[in-house]
Amino acid sequence: MKVRISDDAAARACGADSIAAAFAQAGAAVERVSSWGMQWLEPLVEIEGVGYGSVTLDDVPAILGRRAKSIGPIEDHPFIARQTRLTFARAGKTRPLSLEDYAATGGWQGLVKAREIGPAAIVETVLQSGLRGRGGAGFPAGIKWKTVADAEGTRKYIVCNADEGDSGTFADRMVMEGDPFMLIEGMAIAGLAVGAGKGFVYIRSEYPHAVAKMEAAIRLCAHLIVPFEIEVRVGAGAYVCGEETSLLNSLEGKRGEVRAKPPLPAHKGLFGCPTAINNVLTLAAVPWILANGAQAYAAFGMGRSRGTKPIQLAGNIKHGGLFETAFGITLGELINDIGGGTASGRPVRAVQVGGPLGAYHPPADFHLPFDYEAFTEANGLIGHGGIVVFDESVNMAKQARFALEFCAIESCGKCTPCRLGSTRGVETLDRIIAGENVEANLALIADLSETMKFGSLCALGGFAPYPVMSAITHFPEDFVLREKP
Amino acid sequence: MSSIADIVAFHHHREGPLLPILHDVQAAFGHVSEAAIREIAEALNLTRAEVHGVVSFYHDFKNAPDPRLILKLCRAEACQARGVDELVAIADEQTAIMVEPVYCLGLCSVGPAAMIGRKLFARLDRARLSALIEAMT
Repeated sequence: MKVRISDDAAARACGADSIAAAFAQAGAAVERVSSWGMQWLEPLVEIEGVGYGSVTLDDVPAILGRRAKSIGPIEDHPFIARQTRLTFARAGKTRPLSLEDYAATGGWQGLVKAREIGPAAIVETVLQSGLRGRGGAGFPAGIKWKTVADAEGTRKYIVCNADEGDSGTFADRMVMEGDPFMLIEGMAIAGLAVGAGKGFVYIRSEYPHAVAKMEAAIRLCAHLIVPFEIEVRVGAGAYVCGEETSLLNSLEGKRGEVRAKPPLPAHKGLFGCPTAINNVLTLAAVPWILANGAQAYAAFGMGRSRGTKPIQLAGNIKHGGLFETAFGITLGELINDIGGGTASGRPVRAVQVGGPLGAYHPPADFHLPFDYEAFTEANGLIGHGGIVVFDESVNMAKQARFALEFCAIESCGKCTPCRLGSTRGVETLDRIIAGENVEANLALIADLSETMKFGSLCALGGFAPYPVMSAITHFPEDFVLREKP
Repeated sequence: MSSIADIVAFHHHREGPLLPILHDVQAAFGHVSEAAIREIAEALNLTRAEVHGVVSFYHDFKNAPDPRLILKLCRAEACQARGVDELVAIADEQTAIMVEPVYCLGLCSVGPAAMIGRKLFARLDRARLSALIEAMT
C-alpha cells in the first residue's frame, strides 16, 4: 500500500514529516509528492486516490486499518473539481524531483515543440496565447520576449523572478517545490525564444526549501536543457528586490535599488545585456502553451486576461489554498463558495487582493470578476493573485498604518516620495489614530498618496497608497471613531 | 570553507559573486565584520564603501554576531488576519532567543507561521509558540 504525503513547505510546517515517518515506521511505503493545494487539510494523506485530511499522529493506525473518516476521492473534492489546472496540472500527483514522473505526465513536450518550431514561432505562440506577466504588472509576455529577441547583443539572459514577497501568495513557492522541472522547461523555452544561453532564478532567502528543490532539479535535468544553463541565486531579505530592476541590481551584487526606466531590462538588463525577466508563474505557463497551442490557452479567460490564474486563498479563510481557474471568476465566489468564508466563522469585513500593495475591498466589491482591467477600474489590482481575508475584528486604520510602515521598512531609498513619504505617512496616520485633527490629516494622507502614486520610481512607493486609500474610502468609520471630543 | 579567502575563491568565477559570498560569510561567521568587508572588497576590486553599502542594505546580513537562536515570526498581513499580533507579546518578552519579524514565509493560509533555521511551523497559538520557545532555550 502506497501512502502519498506532500513534502511542500506548507505541508511540512503542518507536520507532514512526522506523519510520513509514522507511516514508514508502521511499514507503509511512503511517497513524498507535491501538494494538492488544499492547505486547510494539511497534512493530507492519500491512499489509492482517497484523502485523509489534517492527519495527526494518533490517526495513523486508523488510516492504515481503513477505519478513519476520509474526505473521499481527492480528484472529486469540490475544491479540486472546480479548478482548471494547467500550471498546477501535476499538483499532488507527482514526485517533485522525479524525472520519470515529469516525463510521464507530459513534461518536456513544450521544449520539444519549441526546438522544432524555432525562436520566431515560439515568440509568436506566446504572443497569440495572450499570456500576460503573472507577477502583477500584466505586461504581455510575448511582446517582452520579442523585444529581447530583437535587441542587439551577443550575450542575453533569462531571469526568473522568484522573489515572491507578497503576503498572501505562495504559488511561486508551490511551483518551485512541487514542479520545478516545469519552471526549468519554461526558462529553457524562453532562452531559445530570445537567444539567451543563461538563466538565473532569483529566489528569496525566506524560501530555503524552494532553493534546495530548484538546485537539485537543475542538477538532475542539466543534460536535457543544454546548451542552456540555469543558476539559482538567493535573495537576502529585501522585499523591494521583487521589483525587476532592483532584482537585477541584486543579482549583479549591488544594493537592491530600483533603476529608472528606460532603459528597459529588455534592452539593458542584467550586466547591461538584453534580459527577459519574468515571474515564476509566467514562465511556468509556457510549457503548457507550447505543448497545447496558443489557441487552447487563449480559449480560457475573459477580455484581455487570457488563460488561467493560480489564485491563492489566504488569511482568515476556511478553505485556504491554491485555486487555479480561468480569469473571470468573481471575488465573492472565490471567498464564499470556494473559500467557505472566514476560518473564524465571523463575517468577512475586508479582503486585500494583490499583496501588501493591493487594495482592501469590502464585501460590496464581491461582484468584481478576477480580471486585470476590472480590478484596475475598481481602484485595485490583482497583483500576483493573493487574496487575504480579514473578519470583522480587523481595525482598518491599523492596516493602513501597517501598509506605510512596511513601505518604510522595505523602501530602497532611491526616490524621495517612497523614502520620505512612507515615514511621514506613518506619522500622520498615528495622529489620525490618536484623534488629532483627523479631517486635516486625512486630507494630508490623500495628498501624500497622490504624490507617492505618481512620483515614485517603482510599485513599492507607487502602489502603497492603494491599501491606505482603499481603507480610508471603504472603511471611514475606523478612522474617525477615536476622535477626541 | 573555513576562511573568507576560501569563500571568495569558491565564488570568484561567478557572474556577480558578491551576494553568494556574503551569504556564505554570514553563515560561517554569524555576521559580516569590518575585516571581512575589507578583505572581500580587496579581492573583488570594489571599494569598502561599495561592499558596506551592500551589506547594510539587506536584512539577512548582520554587522555583529549574536549567539542566540533566531525564531523568525511572520508578521505580514495574512498572519495578521490569523491573529499573529496576539503572539507578539510572548515573542517580545524573550531574551534567551532572538525573535525577528519576517514578512511572509509563504504559509499564508495556515498562519501564524514561524521558521527556526530551515524548520517551519504553522497554525501557531500562544501555547504552541511558548512550547517552541521553551524547546529552543
